[in-house]
Amino acid sequence: MSDTTVDASKRTWLIASGCAGAVGGVFTAVPFVSSFQPSEKAKAAGAPVEVDIASLKPGEKVTIEWRGKPVWILRRTPEQLASLKKVEGQLADPHSERKAFPTPDYAKNDYRSIKPEIWVGVGICSHLGCSPSDRLQPGPQPSLPDDWQGGFLCPCHGSTFDVAGRVFKNKPAPDNLEVPPYMYLSDNRLLIGEDKNTKA
Amino acid sequence: MAEFKEISPNATATEKLVNWFDNRFPSAGSFYKDHMSGYYAPKNFNFWYFFGSLALLVLVIQIVTGIFLTMHYKPDAAVAFASVEYIMRDVPWGWLVRYMHSTGASAFFIVVYLHMFKGLIYGSYRKPRELVWIFGCTIFLVLMAEAFMGYLLPWGQMSYWGAQVIVNLFSAIPFIGPDLALLIRGDYVVSDATLNRFFSFHVIAVPLVLLGLVVAHILALHDVGSNNPDGVEIKGPNAPMDENGKPVDGIPFHPYYTVHDIFGVAVFLMVFSAIIFFAPELGGYFLEYNNFIPADSLKTPAHIAPVWYFTPYYSMLRAITSEMMYALIACVLLAAGFAILKSRMSVIGKAVVVVATLAAIALMLSIDAKFWGVLVMGGAVIILFFMPWLDKSPVKSIRYRPGWHKGMYGLFVLNFIVLAYLGTQPPSPVGERISQIGTLFYFGFFLLMPWWSRLGDFKPMPDRITFAAH
Repeated sequence: MSDTTVDASKRTWLIASGCAGAVGGVFTAVPFVSSFQPSEKAKAAGAPVEVDIASLKPGEKVTIEWRGKPVWILRRTPEQLASLKKVEGQLADPHSERKAFPTPDYAKNDYRSIKPEIWVGVGICSHLGCSPSDRLQPGPQPSLPDDWQGGFLCPCHGSTFDVAGRVFKNKPAPDNLEVPPYMYLSDNRLLIGEDKNTKA
Repeated sequence: MAEFKEISPNATATEKLVNWFDNRFPSAGSFYKDHMSGYYAPKNFNFWYFFGSLALLVLVIQIVTGIFLTMHYKPDAAVAFASVEYIMRDVPWGWLVRYMHSTGASAFFIVVYLHMFKGLIYGSYRKPRELVWIFGCTIFLVLMAEAFMGYLLPWGQMSYWGAQVIVNLFSAIPFIGPDLALLIRGDYVVSDATLNRFFSFHVIAVPLVLLGLVVAHILALHDVGSNNPDGVEIKGPNAPMDENGKPVDGIPFHPYYTVHDIFGVAVFLMVFSAIIFFAPELGGYFLEYNNFIPADSLKTPAHIAPVWYFTPYYSMLRAITSEMMYALIACVLLAAGFAILKSRMSVIGKAVVVVATLAAIALMLSIDAKFWGVLVMGGAVIILFFMPWLDKSPVKSIRYRPGWHKGMYGLFVLNFIVLAYLGTQPPSPVGERISQIGTLFYFGFFLLMPWWSRLGDFKPMPDRITFAAH
């Protein structure tokens, strides 16, 4: 250091302008970080989808795309509906009370659906977003318990779900499969992505 | 301005040219001297010391092949998969460039894992090389990001669902998680927006960071000097020096280690080429079979697993179930119990421990196992950064540590390989149990290191490196 004394007022102004520059730098970062957000185009996508389920036979499942996600429509057999009661004790959240993916009121029942036999759900595991595979056949099979009643198995981390998309205990997935907003346009026509509440 | 050096008019044309440059760009000459001809490295480097320079070679291979792939690849969800197939089938020699890049990715991790293992067994992270190690760990972390984002680009099923899973890891963070995941994807699902930005990160942003870190890693290494298999300092205050002040146990990097490393490069390229030409997919480990199916956002493949180099961490992620949380809570209680009963902390310190433990347990019970799984996965990498302060053994090198320490490192490697294997397999109850034990061992190895690393009978350290001329 030289032996000249520090000019306090110069230093104050140096610090002040340095801080002003830093603030400006932070503000400059805003547009760049904001550009990471979903674009208007991405936000606009996701219109509701209409499905005809007249040809869906008992035990059959169709997958349709809504907002880029697979939505499953499963027409459950009487045996499958009966299995829902049997597995209740092994489920993490049998009555869908958790709030992470709130189940619409009209599906907050024993079947998690408007009509008991037709189950509509988003086929995306609440763990890390894989799409579980169908394991609708009851009985012992690889990666599943011997008293398996039929349901879904996530291939990524082994979470299992019953035929109402309810997650079993002690699995990595914390939540039941999401039930999307949906409504019946007629007996056999479903509208996925919109219900009476959102429409109103 | 530096002094202008005059050269004898009788000097050769080459010498004159060198002098001309030296007067105008002396930095080049001093760089060569500082890092090549005048950088003294210990003369007892062994096999393990090949992997640092090999990592640099693979970095160059990845950058060069990457530049050429970028000329043909299209980062658009509609055509990305087809453009990779176009490179493979229609671009002249495109298949070779692509296989060099895909094999290079795996080679990078093999070389880096071996390089890190070298550091672990010879204590290369210890004072004064802490920053060398920290820069290295950061390189590893950034390399993982680079590899992950590159893996999305072929837009196959594994690319898509792998990205879906990893991006969703961020959404497990309480409060900010879902928004953060949205910010990373740029859409509500992995989509074209995600592909496009990952492309940008993969080809320019992350490589720039990587190059900067590599420079920092090497500069810091050359400032403090290389460690060696004996862990004896060749440039320390008591190290013998010759009449020019050069370490007696050191040799100039160039020509000695350049020649040494060229031999390593030759052997490496033989193996590398053999894989590229005869087994570029390496049985589904280097290029997964499911990735030859175009991405389908409605269907996850029946068995998904990350590429092999991520599988040990993936196993640890899968190991954290709500059951496992009780085991972890037990560990926290044990640690707190020891801290309270055995340490000589003040009463206030102990009170803090009790409060912290209770808070930790409350959080562990209230937040989903999913979040803790993500934390464990990240922690498995982050814990490496702390090695310089975890290892309390009186000697650096494994050579002078008790025999059972070698066993510990052997077990650690075995455990790492078992975790890696389980990560490639579909989930199973037995696999889950083993990976849970493996996870506990992995963290126990590091977290208990301050205690176990000082136990046992250490061998006396030699004053100078052990070296027999060959």
